Amino acid sequence: MDKAVKVYSTPVCPYCIRAKQFLRENNIVFDDIDVSLNQPAAEEMIQRSGQMGVPVLDIAGQIIVGFDKEKIKQALGL
Amino acid sequence: MYDLIIIGAGPAGITASVYAARKKMGLLVITKDIGGQAALSGDIENYTGYQFITGPELAAKFEEHMRKFDIILKENEEAKDIKKIDNKVVVKTDKGAYEAWAVIIASGKRSRELNVMGEQEFKNRGLSYCATCDAPLFAGYDVSIIGGGNSCLDAALQLIKIARHIYIINIAAALTGDAVMREKVEKSGIVSIFNNAQVAEIIGDKMVKGIKIKREGREEILPVQGVFVEIGLIPNSEFAKDVKKNQYGEIMVNSRNETNIPGIFSAGDVTDVPEKQIIIAAGEGSKATLNVFRYLSSRRA
Repeated sequence: MDKAVKVYSTPVCPYCIRAKQFLRENNIVFDDIDVSLNQPAAEEMIQRSGQMGVPVLDIAGQIIVGFDKEKIKQALGL
Repeated sequence: MYDLIIIGAGPAGITASVYAARKKMGLLVITKDIGGQAALSGDIENYTGYQFITGPELAAKFEEHMRKFDIILKENEEAKDIKKIDNKVVVKTDKGAYEAWAVIIASGKRSRELNVMGEQEFKNRGLSYCATCDAPLFAGYDVSIIGGGNSCLDAALQLIKIARHIYIINIAAALTGDAVMREKVEKSGIVSIFNNAQVAEIIGDKMVKGIKIKREGREEILPVQGVFVEIGLIPNSEFAKDVKKNQYGEIMVNSRNETNIPGIFSAGDVTDVPEKQIIIAAGEGSKATLNVFRYLSSRRA
């Protein structure tokens, strides 16, 4: 029951680093999207989350803004 | 009941917790985030032992050091109140209440807000307090930076590589901040500096579309898609109602990191210790724990 996980992030944002670290610690495979290098992806993120802050997580279609550990856990069923 | 509760896990709180763990104190760390402002810094070239390291990397090293010990860590939790009751210190948070013989407040500082119309509405919708985090999202856009000191120049240097044009809105008559950075910003050719100017409003619909500024006795609107607020920092000390503070809200401590309340200590940027530097905060954190250790030993004797 692996869920598709995408992380929209920038290279130096601390909460992006922590969010990705958290996913790795829980053996979650994710698509790492660097929005600083990928303008269409940045626009997609802004459009889907309605805001410009990173990180944004897409867990099986559910959008989570920021490193919100509880919401992420819930969405992943951890 | 703990020996020591540390509030905050920036350079001061983490260093304090490492010292406390090594003294085998019964320790609880309560914190909103890990790394504090250090994690939001750009390049760091003055932390001894590292000729060059980025803020997030140094914060990760701090965290790794702390997690080496078996510490009870409550993350995403915010202190709301602290009280001395009899011999104990009681800390209330947004999630619970805890007791200890001693507390170190190391809650640091946060970005000062502009207090203008549109600010709350457009947070994360084009308005940012962290250039390090969000600058890459503004590739090819026109942006403004509000401020005039080093943090403003730091933001400008990050944005020069990314944005199309940058407007610096500075309330003072000239930019302050380091001459080296100022020169780089002025030479870039894409930065307009408006001194003696003030922001009146952030404008937009879904996202930021511009800012209204006042200068030379009139109002004008600058069309920008990004606004970076870099107007300094305020201490996270509001919850410590009984603790004595200076006019800036910084917790007053003596050379032993003691506050006016026995058992409540404080360290790092939240205090009135002059000069806010990562290395100073870390040093103050270690000093605070050593003084807590002395305090606990004398209390037991």
